[in-house]
Amino acid sequence: MKGFDYARASDLSDAIGSTARLIAGGTNLLDLMKLEVETPEVLLDINRIGLDQIATHGEGLRIGALVTNADCAADLRIRQGYPLLSRAILAGASPQLRNRATTGGNLCQRTRCGYFTDLASRCNKRQPGSGCDAIGGVTRNHAILGASVNCIATYPGDMAVALAALDGVVQIAGPDGMRNVPVRQFHRLPEDDPSRDNVLAAGEVITSVTLPAPGRGRQIYRKVRDRASYAFALVSVAAIIDMVDGRIARADLAFGGVAHKPWHDPLVGQVLLGERPSPALFRHAAELLLEGAQGHGGNDFKIPLLHRTLGAVLTEATGGSDVFQL
Amino acid sequence: MFRAPPARFVVNGAEFDYAGDPRRTLLDFLRYDLALCGTKKGCDHGQCGACTVIVDGKRVNSCLTLAVMQDGCEITTIEGIGTPHHLSALQRAFIKHDGFQCGYCTPGQICSATALLQELRNGWPSIGEPDDDLRERMSGNLCRCGAYSNIIMAIREVIEEPAA
Ligand SMILES: Cc1cc2nc3c(=O)[nH]c(=O)nc-3n(C[C@H](O)[C@H](O)[C@H](O)COP(=O)(O)OP(=O)(O)OC[C@H]3O[C@@H](n4cnc5c(N)ncnc54)[C@H](O)[C@@H]3O)c2cc1C
Ligand code: SF4
Ligand code: FES
Ligand code: FES
Repeated sequence: MKGFDYARASDLSDAIGSTARLIAGGTNLLDLMKLEVETPEVLLDINRIGLDQIATHGEGLRIGALVTNADCAADLRIRQGYPLLSRAILAGASPQLRNRATTGGNLCQRTRCGYFTDLASRCNKRQPGSGCDAIGGVTRNHAILGASVNCIATYPGDMAVALAALDGVVQIAGPDGMRNVPVRQFHRLPEDDPSRDNVLAAGEVITSVTLPAPGRGRQIYRKVRDRASYAFALVSVAAIIDMVDGRIARADLAFGGVAHKPWHDPLVGQVLLGERPSPALFRHAAELLLEGAQGHGGNDFKIPLLHRTLGAVLTEATGGSDVFQL
Repeated sequence: MFRAPPARFVVNGAEFDYAGDPRRTLLDFLRYDLALCGTKKGCDHGQCGACTVIVDGKRVNSCLTLAVMQDGCEITTIEGIGTPHHLSALQRAFIKHDGFQCGYCTPGQICSATALLQELRNGWPSIGEPDDDLRERMSGNLCRCGAYSNIIMAIREVIEEPAA
C-alpha cells in the first residue's frame, strides 16, 4: 500500500469540497489500495459525521449514506415495504462485510474486472488511454449491454440494482449545494471515459438515498452466481410486479451483472403493462431487453442466462407455475 | 512519515493507543503490535473470514479496516472470547464436534459464530433456506479443510441448547 495521510471528519461540512478520498466502510477502497489500484494521498474518514439513520421521507424512506448494509437489510420498514432491497443486500458479500459496507460506499464500489485490479494489464478505467486487455481476454464477468470499445466492465453490486428497480434517488452534497440524482442515472456507461464510474464530481458527498412509497406488487431479487453464496452476480434480476384482474399493472425491472450500471430499460416494463402473463409475452420482453446484447466470448452465456432468469422471475412474480420455455 | 491523529480503543477489555503508520490494518495491529496471534490472516482481502473479530458487537473483517479507524471502538478477539480453562460454549462445542482440522480458520469461525448468536437474538434476516440457514449465515468464513458440516453442528448445538 502507498503511504497516505489520514484525517477524521467530524461533520458533513468537513467532507464537502474536500480533495481527500472519503473512506466509509473501507471494504472496497482498502482492498484496492492494497493492490495499489487506488493510491489516494489523503484519506478522510467519514464514519463519525452522522448520516447513519433511516427516517421516513414523505410516504417513503430516507436511508443515510453511512447506514451499514447490515442495518439497512435488517430494518423492519425496509423488510416490510421494500423486501427487494433487503434481499438484494443479503444476497451480496458476507455478514462481516455487510456490517462495514455503507449505502454510499456500496453505490461507489468499483468493477471486479480482473484486468482493472492487475497492474500489469492495460486498463482504460485504471489508466485512461492505455487500452483494454479484457477485450479479447477472459470475459466471464463482463458486460453484454451498453459496453464501449474502451471498456466492457460491469458494475458488480446488488444493492443498487434493487434501488434502480425501486426508483430510488441519491442525494448529493457538493460545494455548490445539494442535488438529487435518480439511482437509474447515478452510474454511467463507459463510453469514451471509463475512468468515471458514476456522476459524482470532485468534492461531492453522497448524503442519503430516498425511496418512494413502496406501492403495490410482488418484489423479487434473483441472483445467479458461480457458488451458492459469497460471490458476485453473473446476472441478477430485480422485479416489482403487480397483478390486477389477471393483468400486469406494474412492472419495474432492473438487471445486475450485465452492464457498467444497474440496467434499467423502461421499454421492457412497458410491453408487460396491461397484458396477461404468458410465456410468449415474457419471451417478447426478454428479446426486447437483449436486442442490442453483445457477448465477448467468455460471457456469451449471459445472454441466454439473462433471458431465462427474466422469464423465471416473471413467471414467479405473476403467480404462474408453467416452466418458462426459451 | 505520514500524518494521522492517534486512535484510542479497547481490545479485550484493555485500552490501547495507536499513533503509528496509518497503513496499519486492524489485523496487523492485533498480530504485530499486540501479539494477539489468534486472529489469522488468510487472504488479506475480505474473501475468507479468517481475520474476523468483533467490533462494537459486530463481526467484521479486521483485514479491511485500519487501526486508526478504531478510535473509540471496543474490540473482541478470540483471546477475549475464552481461555483454555474458561472456554466459551461455542469453543466447547467446536471441540466436541471436531469443528476444525488444521484450526487456521477456527478463531475467525468462532468470532463469527459468537456475533451470529447475537444477530439471531436481534432477529436479523438471512436469505438462506429456512431449515439450512446457518450455512448462509456463516458463508463469510471459508475452511480449506472442509470442516463445514461439523462447524454447523457445533453452532447448531449452542443455538438449540443455550445453557449447555
Ligand atoms: C470478498 C468481497 C465480496 C463482495 N461481494 C459483494 C457482492 O456479492 N455484492 C455486492 O454488491 N458487493 C459485494 N462486495 C462489495 C461490497 O459491497 C463493497 O465493498 C461495499 O459495499 C463498499 O462500501 P464501503 O462503505 O466499505 O465503501 P468504501 O470502501 O469505504 O468506499 C468505496 C468508495 O466509495 C466512496 N464513498 C464512500 N462513501 C461515500 C459517500 N458518502 N459519498 C461519496 N463517496 C463515498 C469512497 O471514496 C470509495 O471510493 C464484496 C466485497 C468483498 C471484499
Ligand atoms: S473492461 Fe474496463 S475495467 Fe476491465 S480492463 Fe477493460 S477498461 Fe479496464
Ligand atoms: S484475511 Fe481478512 S477476510 Fe481473509
Ligand atoms: S480447519 Fe483448516 S481451514 Fe478450517
